[in-house]
Amino acid sequence: MSGTHAHTVAYVRESMLPEQAPPATEVGIIGWGKANLFSGWFNSIVTILSLAAIYLILAAILPWIFSPTWNATSLNECREILAGLGREGEHGVSGACWGVIRDRWLQLMFGFYPPYPITPDVNIGEAPVGSGVWPAYFRPILTFVLLIVALAPVLFEHPPRKLLYFTAIYPFLMPWLLWGGTIWSPLSVLAGFVIAFLVFRFVSTSYSSLLGIILAVVAALVWWMVLSGYVVDALDSILPVGIASVDSRSFGGFMLSITIGVVAIGCSLPIGIVLALGRQSDLLIVKALCVGFIEFIRGVPLITLLFVASVLLNIFLPPGTNFDIILRVIIMVTLFASAYMAEVIRGGLAALPKGQYEAADALGLDYWKSQQLVIMPQALKISIPGIVSTFIGVFKDTTLVSIIGLLDPLGLSNAIRADAAWNGIVWEIYGFIALLFFVFCFSMSRYSMYLERRLQTDHR
Amino acid sequence: MTTITDPQRETFRLGMLIYDTRYRSMTIQVVALIAFLILIGWLISNTAQNLADLGKEPSFRFLWEPAGYDINQRLLDYNSQDTHLRAAVLGLLNTLLVAVMGCITATILGVIIGVLRLSPNWLVGRLMTVYVEMFRNVPVLLWIVFIMAITIETLPQPRDFRGEDAAATMKVFDSVAITNRGLYIPEPLFSRGLGDVEVAGNRFEISLDLILLLVVFGASLYASAQVKHRADRIQEQTGVRPKTFWKRSAIVVLPTVFTLAILGFHLGYPALKGFNFQGGIYMRNSLIALWLALSLYTAAFIAEIVRAGIMAISKGQTEAASALGLRPKRVMSLVILPQALRVIIPPLISNYLNLTKNSSLAIAVGYMDLTGTLMGITLNQTGRELETVLMGMLVYLIISLSISAVMNWYNNRVKLVER
Repeated sequence: MSGTHAHTVAYVRESMLPEQAPPATEVGIIGWGKANLFSGWFNSIVTILSLAAIYLILAAILPWIFSPTWNATSLNECREILAGLGREGEHGVSGACWGVIRDRWLQLMFGFYPPYPITPDVNIGEAPVGSGVWPAYFRPILTFVLLIVALAPVLFEHPPRKLLYFTAIYPFLMPWLLWGGTIWSPLSVLAGFVIAFLVFRFVSTSYSSLLGIILAVVAALVWWMVLSGYVVDALDSILPVGIASVDSRSFGGFMLSITIGVVAIGCSLPIGIVLALGRQSDLLIVKALCVGFIEFIRGVPLITLLFVASVLLNIFLPPGTNFDIILRVIIMVTLFASAYMAEVIRGGLAALPKGQYEAADALGLDYWKSQQLVIMPQALKISIPGIVSTFIGVFKDTTLVSIIGLLDPLGLSNAIRADAAWNGIVWEIYGFIALLFFVFCFSMSRYSMYLERRLQTDHR
Repeated sequence: MTTITDPQRETFRLGMLIYDTRYRSMTIQVVALIAFLILIGWLISNTAQNLADLGKEPSFRFLWEPAGYDINQRLLDYNSQDTHLRAAVLGLLNTLLVAVMGCITATILGVIIGVLRLSPNWLVGRLMTVYVEMFRNVPVLLWIVFIMAITIETLPQPRDFRGEDAAATMKVFDSVAITNRGLYIPEPLFSRGLGDVEVAGNRFEISLDLILLLVVFGASLYASAQVKHRADRIQEQTGVRPKTFWKRSAIVVLPTVFTLAILGFHLGYPALKGFNFQGGIYMRNSLIALWLALSLYTAAFIAEIVRAGIMAISKGQTEAASALGLRPKRVMSLVILPQALRVIIPPLISNYLNLTKNSSLAIAVGYMDLTGTLMGITLNQTGRELETVLMGMLVYLIISLSISAVMNWYNNRVKLVER
């Protein structure tokens, strides 16, 4: 009776009992399972059914994946290997034929980009030519690595801010690395921007900013349209610096998807912002033009725009113009993405409370300053999920170029399945392509979640 | 003593067009308009010049010429001697067919998956997340060609159904045949049917049986709604709601069943004759692949919309409704659903729009929709790129704008009235 209060009432305990561990069925894996999997008879049945489904799927897929056919050179050889192992099911042999991936993965990645060293002074033919050190594949790989370097300061907080200069140069570096040719062409394009900037600085300080913008645009156009051609030719004849050029026809595989996707994504954001501002503006005609453009592009399927790129764009342009099919496709995909981007950003603009606009006006900021300092940072933050899902959509939609005959992974998969050695392959090749797309798109969506968390400023 | 003088009235100077905010917006708009008109004029003059060089004056006469190609999956009669216009109309009907089928299945699947994702069962929630991420992060075109390839490579050929111990058998009481050429399902037949009526100068035939059935069914739905209104009125007056479930069910079902019986409704089963199946409704594997891929892909998006819509309704709404004494079923139908639908419907309709536009990917598997007929074979045969592509874009634009109009009408109807 030591624990009870002996002197007053017998049943009142005067000292605290030691805390006991909760019952074993309420904590740990058992408790978790009871709460989340087996709470009630219905849930238990559902759990067991799900487990059965998972087991059936895994039992079908896992043996299929683990199949020692990596070195096979044709589908028949795969079947022989599997039959030799005694893995014959009801419908022929069961097991993946990974030989097709080993045989064609470089093609799925780079299309017909030359797999041998190339140099500027030798024509690229069928046979391995040139005396370079590395196969030409290093160029798209380098482009991709540099893309990550260029994006790093934009995407994450930690990289040094100085890297932003490299980000500014990258758009001119990328086409040069991929298509090759003389280095003076990208430099002359860059020079156009520099000229425009200098003209703007000079005119806007001494006259007015509007005049500065107009003169800057005119100067840049004059440079690009008239002067730069001669200058590039002259410089190239004096000092020929460059790398071997590669035809657009050789582009293919994921390299093509990423090229189209990255350029379209990069260009669509600024164009989308301008369109969204135009749609929100008070200027009636500007607004009507923007609404018309956005609704038209959003109203038709991308494939019709790609038809325009492949058969109509040359009809719309001056006679004799004939520019690259990849460039035409990139233009149409960019226009397509911009319209969707504009709608996403308009949603962000509409979600901002009116007080923000009024506060910016009250501070005496003019239209562009208030957009730049007050409205856009908030509107873009609100629209991050929409922007990223538009990015993902654009990247997925690059597969549509296979319909107009470009050799993106899907276009190549048709060619591979038509090959006599691999005729009849389905799961392996589509699974491989799907996996690569999944990796890209899934990481983009995870990044958007990270960005949302990072930019979150409200109290939670 | 102060004198107030009006400020000197400014006379209009040319510089004010740029510096004065009153006139600047005018200037910008006029400049934009002029630039736009110049751009359009430039494009049109280029086009005219190019077409003249090619010797192709813009003309829509080709639409009335014989098409000369076959459409393998069709809703109306067609042969290769019919015109390009009729081929395009059949293509449009095929587009609408796959779009409607896709929207229905995608909605059903999407709602189920979206609700299951919120399930308290951890395993089910995770499985549905895997489904959603798997389908959202892989291009729809890949799903379409993938499913098409699977149907071709793994399903039995029609000749496998022949013989005593056939390699394949028909499913569902010998009524459905799944082959690598497509799906054969029973067709509705009427032994005392009313025949067809020809419209638009015997260009199209519409089944009178179908019209009659639709009219009867529509009328019974209307009658059922009247019964509900009457029950509502009685409830408002007396507080007691009459039981109408059986009455309404009978009103909806019986007249239609009765009409079917009068018309002599029976099913025509597909049967193997020679090397292929005859009779029944034949759905080509291209239609099946497109339909399945579009449904599964769009269902993943709809599931996310449904989940977000349900999560957007705060728990307090449920609790408040329960506190008012409503039963769980009525809480759902009177409080939660009307609010959740306001969040769900607009993105849902925009997903229907996406599905319709994605159906143009039919061209990758050879399903003859509008893209496959007008912008595919007709374009190649006549060489009329400008006319066919512009017509195709216009039709898609009309479909999209009509769906948007419906969405705007709905949005305005359910919009919260704010200050």
